[in-house]
Amino acid sequence: MNLTLKIWRQKDAKSKGKMVSYEVTEISDDMSFLEMMDVLNEQLINKNGDPVAFDHDCREGICGMCSMFINGEAHGPGRGVTTCQLHMRMFKDGDTITIEPFRAKAFPIIKDLVVNRMAFDRIQQSGGYISVNTSGNTQDANAIPISKQAADTAMDAATCIGCGACVATCKNSSAMLFVGAKVSQYALLPQGQVEAGERVLNMVEQMDKEGFGNCTNTGACEIECPKGISLENIARLNREYLKASV
Amino acid sequence: MSILDSKTPKGPLAGKWTKYKNEINLVNPSNKRNIDVIVVGTGLAGGSAAATLAELGYNVKAYCYQDSPRRAHSIAAQGGINAAKNYQGDGDSTYRLFYDTVKGGDYRSREANVYRLAEVSTNIIDQCVAQGVPFARDYGGLLDNRSFGGVLVSRTFYAKGQTGQQLLLGAYSAMNRQIARGKIEMFSRHEMLDVVKVNGKARGIITRNLVTGEIERHSAHAVVIATGGYGNVYYLSTNAMGSNATAAWKIHKKGAFFANPCYTQIHPTCIPRSGDYQSKLTLMSESLRNDGRIWVPKNIEDVKGIQEGTLKPTELSEENRDYFLERRYPAFGNLVPRDVASRAAKERCDAGYGVNATGEAVYLDFKSAMERYGKEQAKIHHIENASEEKIIELGAAIVKEKYGNLFQMYEKIVDQDPYKTPMMIYPATHYTMGGVWVDYNLMTTVEGLYCIGEANFSDHGANRLGASALMQGLADGYFVLPYTIGDYLSNDIQTGKISTDTPEFEISEKEVKEKINFFVNNEGTHSVDYYHKKLGLIMWNKVGMARNKEGLIEAMAEIKALREDFWQNVKVTGGNDQMNPELEKAGRVADFLELGELFAKDALDREESCGGHFREESVEVDGEQKGEAKRKDEEYAYVSAWEYKGEPGDAILHKEELEFNDIELKQRSYK
Repeated sequence: MNLTLKIWRQKDAKSKGKMVSYEVTEISDDMSFLEMMDVLNEQLINKNGDPVAFDHDCREGICGMCSMFINGEAHGPGRGVTTCQLHMRMFKDGDTITIEPFRAKAFPIIKDLVVNRMAFDRIQQSGGYISVNTSGNTQDANAIPISKQAADTAMDAATCIGCGACVATCKNSSAMLFVGAKVSQYALLPQGQVEAGERVLNMVEQMDKEGFGNCTNTGACEIECPKGISLENIARLNREYLKASV
Repeated sequence: MSILDSKTPKGPLAGKWTKYKNEINLVNPSNKRNIDVIVVGTGLAGGSAAATLAELGYNVKAYCYQDSPRRAHSIAAQGGINAAKNYQGDGDSTYRLFYDTVKGGDYRSREANVYRLAEVSTNIIDQCVAQGVPFARDYGGLLDNRSFGGVLVSRTFYAKGQTGQQLLLGAYSAMNRQIARGKIEMFSRHEMLDVVKVNGKARGIITRNLVTGEIERHSAHAVVIATGGYGNVYYLSTNAMGSNATAAWKIHKKGAFFANPCYTQIHPTCIPRSGDYQSKLTLMSESLRNDGRIWVPKNIEDVKGIQEGTLKPTELSEENRDYFLERRYPAFGNLVPRDVASRAAKERCDAGYGVNATGEAVYLDFKSAMERYGKEQAKIHHIENASEEKIIELGAAIVKEKYGNLFQMYEKIVDQDPYKTPMMIYPATHYTMGGVWVDYNLMTTVEGLYCIGEANFSDHGANRLGASALMQGLADGYFVLPYTIGDYLSNDIQTGKISTDTPEFEISEKEVKEKINFFVNNEGTHSVDYYHKKLGLIMWNKVGMARNKEGLIEAMAEIKALREDFWQNVKVTGGNDQMNPELEKAGRVADFLELGELFAKDALDREESCGGHFREESVEVDGEQKGEAKRKDEEYAYVSAWEYKGEPGDAILHKEELEFNDIELKQRSYK
């Protein structure tokens, strides 16, 4: 198929960006979206142009690096997929596709479609851990039984890949789904109880400091999340926050 | 050629590590504050090492090319992590895990290292649970285990199909705690481009800031390389796009010997390539082989029909199918080890029986499993005279429960419903057992330079068992390196800060800058990917699943010629003072173009078949094992460690003879 691509081009953080149109031809249905981008870049290189910079790494939907806003949706059409898992059979011949970076005040653009998501790392550094040193002398792993339900729910929260689709989707650029997932993982496990109060207060404080907005429960983040992280995690975050505040 | 000293402690195998720990020198806590350590790479090995060293009190500087340490490719590991906990009471023990690992590695690993790995494996599980890693649990609330290929016990711990992700996020959380305390200084989007040696010791690195293009000097008292494997030398692999060998190769050029480059694991159950634009391959867990039957058509006319789309695989009757693994290996059938399954699929495809347009695919069929499960379900639910459709429907539900996520992934990529038509699979490069040579301390042949995780060669011999990669990465980082590096650093308590303002740093920085300037100014004709794809094809065709002398000699010459062409005609657009992914790739491919040649040279030297290395000249000629891989223990029970001498083809071989005192060498048999 032949396609028109409208892509956000921006030289660096300081420069002003703009949408630029490109034509690509002979795109196969079986290509992934990023392979289509590879075709475009090869074409640009052959014409001595500057290829489009975009983040990507594992190309199997787990590293969380790829981050494109395609036709107005984080990771494009299709549910439960990252950009790298999106296939061109979702589009048809003659389509015009708009490709933008994940936009949020807390995610400044580095170049083209590449954004800086270190705010997520800083939130994790403010409390997204259990304070246990590596010693080899912690108690036996089976010493604390954890109900299967708690373990499974914690695991569901822990599958967050930190891509930032929730933030890019949210009209408030809220990071509550991301923070809620991490707070929930530990809140659901006995190991996380000791520091639970301090953790949620610190992580929320850092979240606010980074410039992420608040949650107004539209639920768009849950729909666009490639890992299906549930809104329940935001409810749990609020509950934990309240518990720690009173 | 010299004989390498592994520095393995004396004494009985089971007591070596304890004795070693009791006798090494320690650094007192107040002195640790004055010592800096550089860790390059933040996957399971690098992340766990950085966190633990910082907890101990060292000042750690950690580096990764991704935008966050959480994105290292360890995150993609699916299946699980082995540990000799014996929670199932099925006879597991440290010795048994050690034995399985050495045997699985086809007797080409160092006994003492593997035993230590098995010994600390149980600590890993305890540590990860304490960190809040949500491992799967049973209804009683205790940890669940599953079984993996090549072993007789259930010792694999898992977190759904995302064990690597959860373990990496555990290590990442431990790092975050230390970053918050200021004990780890994190440099993400930084790539190491050289190691700096001062008076023979590793004392720093040169990096490129991938956002600004700035070339930076960083010093430390010791340098740890944890940058993963070199599978992307094949261009197509299950590795991440950015996975590269540059750090490992740069230290090789500065004196670290490179061991067993030819040991590569080709994983049998990957989704086949669909066209020339393909950028990477996707692996599906090998657990699929528990229920899937692998076949190709028996008659070449049927293959033609399938390739042209006039015949559907489901239309082919049983007698017209060739279940080649069941035919060749009646005892193990579809559950033969990874290397055996991969080669058998290649053999059929090479003979022209491949079932997709590229001719590189075989079927993995769940119809029999669905029938079997369906009949069982019909019985359980007292459904008499169930129709064939009903049976399949009941069976499909069971298959969905077991492999639902994998079936879904397959359908997303291939756009075919694997419940209705057999899956297509083909082998792909997955893991590299070879790597930088290290001694028992995990130190390379350069003083103060360490190498851990997949980047080193030490624990998996010629073939790695499933669920052992995660175990090794975390064992090295959490429990081994923090001890061994202390013994070395105890000599550095009075050294003081290492200055970066010295001729050694200046020379290294100059070399790095010259190379970068060359790339951006070369104005060549071909893109970096053009060369990478060509290299990948040479590697796959001549240094892939089966190798022979003639092909390897050709491969060496072809890679050399390609490398010369690359340095003449490569084209890198964009500048060096900005984010430039093409420039990053150019440096990495330049190193793969050298490593590939050494890889072929190593494969040429090893005139035996062992593990992932199969030499067509070395097969059993008669008896029950006719046609199978032939290992030659009298001649080749050694580690090949290569010393860099200017050109990869001129590398000098050093041998580390492998001694097996606690294990009897046996031929693997799966007939």
